[in-house]
Amino acid sequence: MTAYLLKRLAISLATLLLASMVVFAVLEILPGDPARLMLGMNASADQVELLRNQMGLNAPMVWRYLHWVGGLLSLDFGRSYTYSVPVIDLVRERLAVSLPLALIALALSTIIAIPVGLFSASRRGRAGDTISMGAAQLGVAVPNFWFALMLIYVFAVWLRLVPAGGFPGWGAGAWQALKSLLLPAVALALPQAAILARVTRSALIEVLNEDYIRTARAKGLPYRTVLWRHALRNAMIPVLTILGLQFAFLLAGTIIIENVFYLPGLGRLVFQAITQRDLIVVESVVMLLVAAVIAVNLVVDLSYAVVDPRLRSRQ
Amino acid sequence: MSLLEIENLSLAIGDTPILKGIELSVAPGEVLGLVGESGSGKSMTALTLMQLLPHAARATGRVAFDGIDILAATEDQMCALRGYDIGMVFQEPMTALNPVKTIGEQVAEGIRWHTKATRAAAEERARQMLDRVGLPQAKFPLSRYPHELSGGQRQRVVIAIACALKPKLLIADEPTTALDVVLQAQILDLLRDLVAESRMGLLLISHDLAVVTEMADRITILRRGEVMEAGDTVRTLSEQLHPYTRQLAQASMHVPARAKVHAVGSAKPLLEVEGVTRDYPGRRTSLFQRAPAIRAVDDVSLSMAPGQSVALVGRSGCGKSTLARMILALDRPSSGTIRFRGETITGKSEAELKPARRDMQVVFQDPYGSFDPRQKVERLVAEPLHLLEKKPTRADCREMVAHALHEVGLDPRDMDKYPHEFSGGQRQRLSIARAIITRPKLVVADEPVSALDVSIRAQILDLFAELNQKLGIAYLFITHDLTVARAITDEVLVMHDGKIVERGKTNEVLDHPQSEAAKALVNAAPDLHRAIARKIQEQG
Repeated sequence: MTAYLLKRLAISLATLLLASMVVFAVLEILPGDPARLMLGMNASADQVELLRNQMGLNAPMVWRYLHWVGGLLSLDFGRSYTYSVPVIDLVRERLAVSLPLALIALALSTIIAIPVGLFSASRRGRAGDTISMGAAQLGVAVPNFWFALMLIYVFAVWLRLVPAGGFPGWGAGAWQALKSLLLPAVALALPQAAILARVTRSALIEVLNEDYIRTARAKGLPYRTVLWRHALRNAMIPVLTILGLQFAFLLAGTIIIENVFYLPGLGRLVFQAITQRDLIVVESVVMLLVAAVIAVNLVVDLSYAVVDPRLRSRQ
Repeated sequence: MSLLEIENLSLAIGDTPILKGIELSVAPGEVLGLVGESGSGKSMTALTLMQLLPHAARATGRVAFDGIDILAATEDQMCALRGYDIGMVFQEPMTALNPVKTIGEQVAEGIRWHTKATRAAAEERARQMLDRVGLPQAKFPLSRYPHELSGGQRQRVVIAIACALKPKLLIADEPTTALDVVLQAQILDLLRDLVAESRMGLLLISHDLAVVTEMADRITILRRGEVMEAGDTVRTLSEQLHPYTRQLAQASMHVPARAKVHAVGSAKPLLEVEGVTRDYPGRRTSLFQRAPAIRAVDDVSLSMAPGQSVALVGRSGCGKSTLARMILALDRPSSGTIRFRGETITGKSEAELKPARRDMQVVFQDPYGSFDPRQKVERLVAEPLHLLEKKPTRADCREMVAHALHEVGLDPRDMDKYPHEFSGGQRQRLSIARAIITRPKLVVADEPVSALDVSIRAQILDLFAELNQKLGIAYLFITHDLTVARAITDEVLVMHDGKIVERGKTNEVLDHPQSEAAKALVNAAPDLHRAIARKIQEQG
């Protein structure tokens, strides 16, 4: 078990290192000089050169990479070119919106998907299965921004239950803040839930054909008990894999959804930073997202071992 | 008064009739053997009793268990019966247990469900039951997971689950088919003891007449969903009045006719194995430490003459398949050399091995698993032809496939079919056709008939014998089934714990085994003649 854990951890760290090189390299290649952007079109070449020296942009590439990584490790992400504040402050502020949003969406999609998958698998081929899988198919096909607009129309404009957009800040009270995150979270979660429900269903159907399901039924356990106690846990491995992979899409989805709902989150920050060539912000946020995805997948890898004892005893 | 009474039971799945007017009964403390070949409806009869049939199945007739009408029972009533009054043991112990739950949980689960006992009380009972089936606390605590147990041990856990609540009837569907003969004898002993202990009725389902004869008081023989013959085991099998019973009995003792032509030691040996050892690295116990290596094959030497037929017998896990893989150059020995046709094949590259590969082919156990279902027979049988010096043209290829199919008794026109269009026996003929298409000097056959029904098995053994005579192919048969060894081999090698512990002429070794390992195999091997004789003696 310890060996498995250490191996997974080492792989995660190596991935993170590789990702940092790629992110750095890509932004090196992209056109656009931050110093020129900060000073505006009218600045002279000398002024730009001076600023480039001040910002350390003329140093050798390897040195700048090491400097950047060193900064990331000590949580010093540098200063934003456009806002002129430390990037870490920007990120912290935005994370307070995006992190709860992503977690709520992840939780929602799991809570919706697994019961739907169970329901569908246990009624395979019958009306309930056809209807819920048809709905899932729709959920996969409909883009989340369109879905977000529909949600705004129904719940904010028509029923007036929640605000249509914006974020009052956590200072306005947890309930108010949560209320404004609810619709975006649903819009993010539903397409994910649709995919996850389909995966849960097919994994369960495969497991239900296994011999040990017959053994469990021969003990006299009712079908429903067998489904929950014996089938679900064995079906969890593919479900967990998809859950881990989806997290990356969830984060990408926040960029769109935060724009639709005017949420001051990381997604909007990175979107604005890209248009303004605020490369240092882009680098930092992208690295943060990469780290989050890797961390979630590490958790997924570790939960495999919790679910499946065979992985625990193998190295 | 019978415990179980089945009258005129018919079953159809969709429009396909599966069972036609089955009649059988089991009394308390009685063992009823239900015998038949695959597709005869044995398992479907068992699943009808448990009401665990596929959705589309419709049963008619009368099934009465302990006064309860099973066919009319509700699902709730069946849940109360299953695992409490009727226990069931299945064929495949490797997959019959849930891999993510401990054996303790799995045994205790049924106890808790039926008796509403507390967790501690149920675990206490589970513990007693596991002790009873031969899995003592010291080596097999409740916290063990199935993957930590061997096949025989897992089957003991399945039996513990089925018998935990002392059911009135135990259904055992091919409980020992996947196990080697020594384990088979142990499991059968255990079942016999459990029946005697609590006057449990046992419905023993098997394709193996010898096993059923040893165990059963009465026997019912099924064929294509119908009862062929039913009655007292000894009388039915000693008189063999029904032609189908006679056919089954003869097939299960079939010995192909072979003219002895292979004088050992006369020619230059075809295959020489010298001091071959294979170690597998031990399990990692921590990040920097490994357990000592596992020696799967330990200093084995042997030699085979051209055209000779040799059996390599031993219990599962004795290293016989590892040895075969090294002979086929699919695995490298840790030390020692293997020479084929006088040339060393150990340590050669794949390109250098090509001529040798042409002359050695393999037939596997499972005729279902060893073919790609999406390829036509022509492609599948022609697979080894890429080993030829010169790539044959399409027309030559078809010609050779047609010839090979003809030699194994199939129609050359079958080459345009897909594997699923063939029965199990025909598929095994296909794998033999694939093995002989390059005219090899040696065919290694890994349990080539153990997945087949007795009558088909007799035909395949005949085919092996015929090809040996006609083409002079040498065989290395890897098997735990001594009847196969006796039927078709000149010499036998007995393997135990990676070593060859006994070797000699097949009849001599099997009639007068010297080593402990050989004795254990011979004593445990079911034999129809011996079983009938023993039964007659018991009954006086």
